[in-house]
Amino acid sequence: MMENKIERKGQVLFSGYKYGEGIKKALKLSREDILFELKESKLRGRGGAGFPTSTKWMLTAATIDPDKYLICNADEGEPGTFKDRVLLLEYPAMVFDGMVIGAYTIGAKFGIVYLRGEYKYMLPDLEAHLEKMRKDNYLGEKILGKDGFDFDIEIRLGSGAYVCGEETALIESLEGSRGEARNRPPFPVNRGYMGKPSSVNNVETFANIPFIVLKGGKWYNKLGTEKSTGTKLFSVSGDCEKPGVYELPWGTKVSELLEIVGAKNTKAVQVGGASGICIPKSQFDRMLAYEDLATGGSVKIFNENRNMLEVLKNFMEFFVEESCGQCVPCRIGNVKLLEGTKMLLKGEFTFEYINKLKELGRTMKIASKCGLGQSSPNPFLSILENFKDEVFNQGWRNNGR
Amino acid sequence: MLISEKQALTERVGMLVQKYGNSRSALIPILQDIQHNFKYITDFEQQEVARLLDIHPVEVYSVISFYSFLSSKQRGKNIVRLCQSISCELEGKEKVAKAIERELGIKFGETTKDKKFTLEYTNCMGMCDQSPAMMVNEKVYSKLTPEKAVQILKEVK
Repeated sequence: MMENKIERKGQVLFSGYKYGEGIKKALKLSREDILFELKESKLRGRGGAGFPTSTKWMLTAATIDPDKYLICNADEGEPGTFKDRVLLLEYPAMVFDGMVIGAYTIGAKFGIVYLRGEYKYMLPDLEAHLEKMRKDNYLGEKILGKDGFDFDIEIRLGSGAYVCGEETALIESLEGSRGEARNRPPFPVNRGYMGKPSSVNNVETFANIPFIVLKGGKWYNKLGTEKSTGTKLFSVSGDCEKPGVYELPWGTKVSELLEIVGAKNTKAVQVGGASGICIPKSQFDRMLAYEDLATGGSVKIFNENRNMLEVLKNFMEFFVEESCGQCVPCRIGNVKLLEGTKMLLKGEFTFEYINKLKELGRTMKIASKCGLGQSSPNPFLSILENFKDEVFNQGWRNNGR
Repeated sequence: MLISEKQALTERVGMLVQKYGNSRSALIPILQDIQHNFKYITDFEQQEVARLLDIHPVEVYSVISFYSFLSSKQRGKNIVRLCQSISCELEGKEKVAKAIERELGIKFGETTKDKKFTLEYTNCMGMCDQSPAMMVNEKVYSKLTPEKAVQILKEVK
């Protein structure tokens, strides 16, 4: 029933990888060497936030606790994102090899993959792959004969909560609690799962690691832009001829991407999923990169026939449902923004009130506790700003019919 | 509930605790196991889990109520989850929803009288390039049409 549509293979992830190759090379290097290459590569977290992976791993490596955890965040819940599904189904070797290399680098004994409940159907295949790795001594005790390097991976399932993609909420969930984000500091690299130093990285981040180890940081940082190195998997969906996963270098312009995927009459592009921003035609020459349009990979295309307020309503309903409810700005703010969207749809609004809502949105971005509430006003603010004419005249048009 | 039934439940929960351990982090795997096999977690099971993990029953209930895939109310044998996120919405989820509702004679959020199906909406399940999509239990179906969706449910036992 399901296909994994890889529409474009780029220079890194889909360039071909032989299972185990990365681990063999890594174990010949010292931990410092790997960290050096990683720093040189300037790899940044692929979940969307873009924190430098080398910094995260250095901090975890520097802690002296003997029990460290390496956690793979496979709770891909952002509407419009499906690259991790494709990676895990088609190339589990890259992801798991990346985890083993990571464990060696930071000195972790335990690995956990937090797989979202919606992806439970992958479990048999993934478990089989882990079993194979254990047989080949890529997992277990004294990996490839390396004294003192013991590491194994366990897969834990989520239960249908978007907020658990936030790393501290994910840790709470692993510990058996409600997925409510924690205050930071302390950061997970110091006190994470079970109070032990933990590094939480995205599936795609791990998949990049074997290539950096094999080909070097210098090779990697030549791809992409200066601040966003390497390639990125984009999950493209919406109004285009070829939706699917595309591996493109960072720095690709939105207009270039639209050309590649065969999008016509495009009115708007939502970059970064529901919590991302929506840009109009006039901004299609902007770059997909951490320094311009940062994204976890979701690119959603809307053509001229789409009603941006209906789109916004769908996004806000999503956030109202998925807000964990522990902090006020997010719990109440999202409800208010949804109400505002419905007012705009009906045309029963005052500019004074809408301006207040915009102010509320900006407050939420500062005052919310975790990334969910800090980014959920993005579609509201960007759609109201970029599609003014459509948004404010809609109710009048609807009533006039 | 009969005492013999209660004892059987206690025994079953005890076996799960043996399987997953009695630490707090075992709570969700235990609940997921019960949910998977029985489609919901009864009050009595919640109390038993709490007792064996040495936590308050409210803690167990608070976890169940937080996660959308865990339930404390009776569900049907098969849980049908239709994706309501943006891609599926734009590609005609509404038509599929209406067709399923008509065919099963229930609304979303409800369970059929014979307890065979429960209908639910879910948020993005990562099938945006092949929308609209739905899950029946753990299986994913994509590129649905009203006709296809109804046919799939017909084939479910």
